[in-house]
Formats: sequence, structure tokens, C-alpha cells
Amino acid sequence: MAEFTMPSLGADMEAGTLVAWLKKPGETVRKGDIIAEVETDKGIIEIESFMAGVLEKTLVEPMTKVPVGTVLAIIREEGKGGAPVVETGRLRVSPAAKQLAAELGVQLSTVKGTGPDGAITREDIERSAGAKPIIAAPTKPEAEAEKQARMRQVIAAAMARSKREIPHYYVGTTIDMSRALTWLNEENLKRPVKERLLYGVLLLKAVALALREVPELNALWKGNEVVRSESIHVGVAVSLRQGGLIAPALHDTDKQSLGDLMRNFRDLVNRARAGALRSSELSDPTITVTSLGEQGVESVYAVIYPPQVAIVGFGKLVERPWVVDKQIVPRSVLTATLSADHRVSDGHRGGLFLAAVDRLLQEPESL
Amino acid sequence: MTQKLTTDEITNTVLRALGEIAPEADLAAIKPGVSFRDQLDIDSMDFLNFVIAVHEALHVEIPEADYPKLITLNGCVEYLSSRV
Repeated sequence: MAEFTMPSLGADMEAGTLVAWLKKPGETVRKGDIIAEVETDKGIIEIESFMAGVLEKTLVEPMTKVPVGTVLAIIREEGKGGAPVVETGRLRVSPAAKQLAAELGVQLSTVKGTGPDGAITREDIERSAGAKPIIAAPTKPEAEAEKQARMRQVIAAAMARSKREIPHYYVGTTIDMSRALTWLNEENLKRPVKERLLYGVLLLKAVALALREVPELNALWKGNEVVRSESIHVGVAVSLRQGGLIAPALHDTDKQSLGDLMRNFRDLVNRARAGALRSSELSDPTITVTSLGEQGVESVYAVIYPPQVAIVGFGKLVERPWVVDKQIVPRSVLTATLSADHRVSDGHRGGLFLAAVDRLLQEPESL
Repeated sequence: MTQKLTTDEITNTVLRALGEIAPEADLAAIKPGVSFRDQLDIDSMDFLNFVIAVHEALHVEIPEADYPKLITLNGCVEYLSSRV
């Protein structure tokens, strides 16, 4: 048996509202199947199953707001018998945490323990209390203005935390994009309209491949230490038409062909703007890329999204005089900047990373 | 036998495509000579989706080099009228 819990879909997410179950008890679920929809401050998110099996029992009714970590359902693992579901059990909780729960009015049965062997800690209680769970009374969907205000609050909290806790350093470089754009124009002549590439895809792939060379930037800061990620899931900052932004992951960015990456990038942006992202896309980014070139910005000094340890910014393409073989020639260039966590890397490594991005963009046919 | 589309039909197709990428937009207020980007805050991904939508609705091949001709409503109607 495994517990299917309200996932954390961002550093500052405290609770979510279960909107609907998309699977019924008794139905088979495969790993990656969408089994529920949850409303968060980032919109309606499709929640995927992390395992294969049978949805044994749902424990939370639709339109109920619960804290992160609350058990939503029980999934019986594939190939295992249908053992009876444990409705109640002995909770591992310290006396101090139990007392705090009583003081704050938190139901222990709704708290997911993150301590040893699932023990409930004081921090778990505090997080649950901060989420102000409404277990008994189903909630009404928030009005659009309220959602926007909440999203702004979430962004504010994450960015304030970032600037408070992360010692940022910044490095930047100007990249000659002429070769990449020439290659792109020729490539797009061969492609039907639905398969044409945007130059942003070249930037994403170059960042992903450069991370292989400087892997400490592809990591998360957890507790008091850095945890490197073996997979490279680049989060793409997407501005939303109604305001705010979101940065879902393009999974395994470094392993995808440019054609696949473009198709998935387009799908991701469209779903982000339609409010149809999946839970793993919000929880998995290992670094973020943001581009403000279309807003006329030449250089971006971005704020790291915790627990990530780096963010890459791209400015607009501009025509500049450029020296090639001692001749001044016009070239299309853009500025790439890296904001990185000085606890994890230093400017030397950051510089090597940007140099790798530049080098990779000079060989677009190899991306 | 195919029938040539009228200017109104092309205009409506273009506006429908714009409505898909900018659902909050007041399409009746679109200024025909002003770029979509300036009126609707669309980015390159939006524009690509717009081109794909027009291509699929009218079955017109639109080379990338012609994209600048499609940045206003007037430009779209003029360009597409000669190709449908």
C-alpha cells in the first residue's frame, strides 16, 4: 500500500484544494496517470500517480482544502494483494509536536510526517497550521481576482525568501547568435509550420547541455546542504496572460532532440496558460530559464527560485557592431546572465557555464 | 470545386485564431493597421500558435520569411486573400 498525498508544488505551497478525482476506487492506475485535479495558487494542476497499482480508496472529498502532505488516497501496488486499508493507525509523533498540534488546533491525522520513519515533527505541525486546513467544510472556487492576489503573494514569499536566504552572485556574457540564427532559418525552411523551431529552443538546449559540464548549478538546496540532480529538468518561466508567472519543467531537457523539445515546449507553454499543468512539471525543475527579450530587455538579473540554486536569463536579440577577424561587422547578439547561489558555486564555475552556453550556440547543428 | 473566400471570411478566421491565443481580448476593438503584438501583448509562442491556427483553418502554406506580413489584421487579410 502507498499513500497518495497532497504534493508540494513549489517552495511556498502550504495547501491545495482537491477539485476532482479522475479515477475511481478499484480502477487501475499506471505511473504517470492523472488521477486527480488540485487547485493551488498556480491554478488547476493535474496530479500524477507516482506508481502503478490500483486506486484502493479515496480519503478526501472534492472541493476540500487540505495541507501539503495530507493523505488523499491509498494506492495498492501492482502485483500485491488487496490487503485491508488501514483506516487509523499509531501515529509517530513526539510529545512536543503533539502538544503544539493541540495548541494550534491541528488534526494529527491530516499531517504527513517528514521525520524518521514518517514521524510527525514540530515543523510538520507548523506547516499544517499555517495552511489553515478546512477539512470539514468544502470550499468554493476562488474568484479570479483572489487567485491573482494569492499568486502574487506566493511569488512575493518565494522571492523574499530567496533574497533573504540565498547569497546571489551574477555573471553575464554577450553571445554572437548569427551562426545559430542562420542555421535556424535554414532548418525551418525544411520544416512544416507546426514543426518549426523558435530560437528559444536552442537556448534551452544549450543551457541543458552546459549543465552537464557544470553540474553543481543543476541542484537543489535542501536543509543545509546542496543535493545535485542527476536529471536535467529546465524550468521555463512563462508569463500568464492574466498576470503572474509560472516556471514548469521541461523534463530531461538535455536528452531531447530539438524537434521534440520544441513540441514539448509549445505544449508546456500552452498548458501553462490554459491552467492545465501536471504536478511533476511544477515539482521537478532543477534550474530555471527566463527570457525577457520580447519585452525589450537587454539584460536579465533574475532571482533564484528556491530550492533551486541557479537561474539563467536571456535578453533580446540586438544588432551590434562585432569584431570578427579584425573587421567590424554587424552581428545579432544577445546577453546571457547567470544568477547563482554562492553557497553552491562561485563565479569561476559560473563563468565556465556561460562560456559553455556560448560555445554550444556556435555549433547549433550539434544541439 | 473550391470557392474563393471573401475578405470578411478571412477576417473572421484571423480574429478567431487571435481569440484562441488571447481569449480576454476584445476582438471588435482590434485596430486593423496596428500590430497584434502592440495591441494584445503576444509573444513569439503566441504568434507561432496564431500562424499554425491560420494555416490549419485556411490550408495556406506560410513560409517563415512571410511572418512579418502577418503582424496586423490588414496585413493578414491582404496576404491571405492572394493565397486562398
